[in-house]
Amino acid sequence: MGFLDIRNVTKSYGRVEVLHRVDISVEEGEFLVLVGPSGCGKSTLLNMIAGLEDISSGDIAINGRVVNGVHPSNRNIAMVFQSYALYPNMTVGQNITFGLEMHGVPRPEREKAMKEVAELLQIGQLLDRKPGQLSGGQRQRVAMGRALVRNPDVFLFDEPLSNLDAKLRVNMRTEIKKLHEKLKTTIVYVTHDQIEAMTLSTRIAVMYQGHVQQLGAPKEIYDTPANLFVATFMGSPAMNIIPAQVVMQDDRPHARVTTRDGSHAMLPFSQANLAAWDGRDILLGIRPEAITDPDGADRKSDNIVALGNHIGLTEPAGSDTFVTMTLGGRDTIARMRADVSVSPGDRFEFAVNMDKAIAFDPGTEDRIGP
Amino acid sequence: MMSAAQTQSVRTGHVTRMFIYLFLLLSALFYLLPFFIMLTNSVKPLGEITGGNMMSLPEVFTLEPWKAAWSSAQVGVEPTGLRPYFWNSIRMVVPAVFISTILGALNGYVLTKWRFRFDTILFGLMLFSCFIPFQIVLIPMARILGILGLAGSTYGLILVHVVYGIGFSTLYFRNYYAAFPTELVRAAQIDGARFFQIFRRIMLPSSGPIIVVCVIWQFTNIWNDFLFGASFASGSGAPMTVALNNLVQSSTGVKEYNVHFAGAILAALPTLLVYIVAGRYFVRGLMAGSVKG
Ligand SMILES: Nc1ncnc2c1ncn2[C@@H]1O[C@H](COP(=O)(O)OP(=O)(O)O)[C@@H](O)[C@H]1O
Ligand SMILES: [Mg+2]
Repeated sequence: MGFLDIRNVTKSYGRVEVLHRVDISVEEGEFLVLVGPSGCGKSTLLNMIAGLEDISSGDIAINGRVVNGVHPSNRNIAMVFQSYALYPNMTVGQNITFGLEMHGVPRPEREKAMKEVAELLQIGQLLDRKPGQLSGGQRQRVAMGRALVRNPDVFLFDEPLSNLDAKLRVNMRTEIKKLHEKLKTTIVYVTHDQIEAMTLSTRIAVMYQGHVQQLGAPKEIYDTPANLFVATFMGSPAMNIIPAQVVMQDDRPHARVTTRDGSHAMLPFSQANLAAWDGRDILLGIRPEAITDPDGADRKSDNIVALGNHIGLTEPAGSDTFVTMTLGGRDTIARMRADVSVSPGDRFEFAVNMDKAIAFDPGTEDRIGP
Repeated sequence: MMSAAQTQSVRTGHVTRMFIYLFLLLSALFYLLPFFIMLTNSVKPLGEITGGNMMSLPEVFTLEPWKAAWSSAQVGVEPTGLRPYFWNSIRMVVPAVFISTILGALNGYVLTKWRFRFDTILFGLMLFSCFIPFQIVLIPMARILGILGLAGSTYGLILVHVVYGIGFSTLYFRNYYAAFPTELVRAAQIDGARFFQIFRRIMLPSSGPIIVVCVIWQFTNIWNDFLFGASFASGSGAPMTVALNNLVQSSTGVKEYNVHFAGAILAALPTLLVYIVAGRYFVRGLMAGSVKG
């Protein structure tokens, strides 16, 4: 049993079930990120934890207490909203202490708590202003201050950074991470941004169409995605998915792929269990960074395979150069060092790190174990 | 906003602009003329009106007609002037406006921020009430007032106007609150505020513009109402509009036009005042939904 338990929770609006049997157990101090495309049910799940939406079936327990039907203010949670939801008619100080006031905390204590939070977030000079007079980043801080001041069991964040411009977003991301490391409070954080999910979380729940597709540590999600959706949703540029066939050669399963000129290349798998798929079609998954120029290949890998193919496009992106080629009829992206010398149309020896390759069942779209 | 309006408007030449101003000036005069005549004639002795020209300025300036209209003219059978009826109207308008505005705000709040079954149907019915002609409700209303024991009293009139006003005030507040971020209500819920606390501490303080719109609308409608006043509150409980009618009708012998003019202006004064004081906010409030601040 965890600190925050979501047990078999479903949500229906009328006859439409928008969340299907969600089971997540969060340990104390964890940073759980719910990530998925828009409309997958992240906010709905978060709102059910908060008590803003009814639970259609199942249980949610916080700190050992089932909170189904408990009023949001009595769950000892705090929430930061996408729009910040600062009360426009109150000053920053009043915004921060409103919750304490509603809970009957006497004024001197409220003032003290407010001072502490203001200090922590460096918003002391803003306390007498109205939200309308603040910049986006300052509003974000105040919204976090309002959440922090209650000293809750669980923090809930619903896309808190998506209204900020790119640069500020990265800064605030770092600050949230620092804050979590300092306070060690349990956090459930909703975002559609997979980079936010990867950088912030201790665990990620990838959601799609009302199902939790996979729940695991960021590295686990990234390296061994449970299915095609998770594989392509997490990571940018997305994982290459290449139609291939499993062929045994020297007692080892290989992926046979078609290069641009129609010839076949054999890529030896590191996973012996794929021998069971001998002769069958699969989808080969390789992340862009696992396809490089020979000099840029991962030296720790003992399964680097040379693959000759024509270069399609080259896209220098400053720190990296992205190179596309056609493999199995699909555009396949390789991520190379910035100073690699490649030109479109040339034939090139790509280095493929097959240690990082995975295979998917084209029928079920699940990753083929172990 | 000013600059945007200027850049969007069509450029006009000097001559065209002259014509536009001339036209506007004439229109303004056309509308002001009746008021001007009322005003000038209300400060003339009666002889100047009956014997002379309505259009001419007063030769002798006198406030007697105003005094008479206010406190001594014959209204119905009593020589009370309009004063008691003015206070009748005030006693009717103030609570009716207050109650219908508050109820409209509550309705708007509930209809937009709390989901419940049949909420759209309920709102539809309330909207419908805006379009029911007054005449249709006269008889049922008389019956209900009778049952409640409120017939002929100011309280009865308050009830009638509140019932009639709720449709409009609900419409105003619902549309205003529909644009009010629901996340604020949710944040307040998490902060521990309950139904009425959210209303009073979060919603109402942000409702200034729409409150002004609603109050002006209700005030003018209720103050100017004649039909309900005449139907449900004749005699000493009558509101200003009915009393004005009685004043004009009841003068036996000579028609004291100057007193009538003064009385008519007195009856119009409160609505005029409300527009002058709050008119700016009225326009601003009507625009509030459409322009993002
Ligand atoms: N009040 C509602 N009534 C009906 N359907 C809803 C309601 N709220 C959300 N939904 C549906 O539930 C699904 C999940 O919504 P949401 O949790 O907001 O998605 P996300 O936050 O992941 O973008 C969506 O398909 C949405 O259309
Ligand atoms: Mg959402």
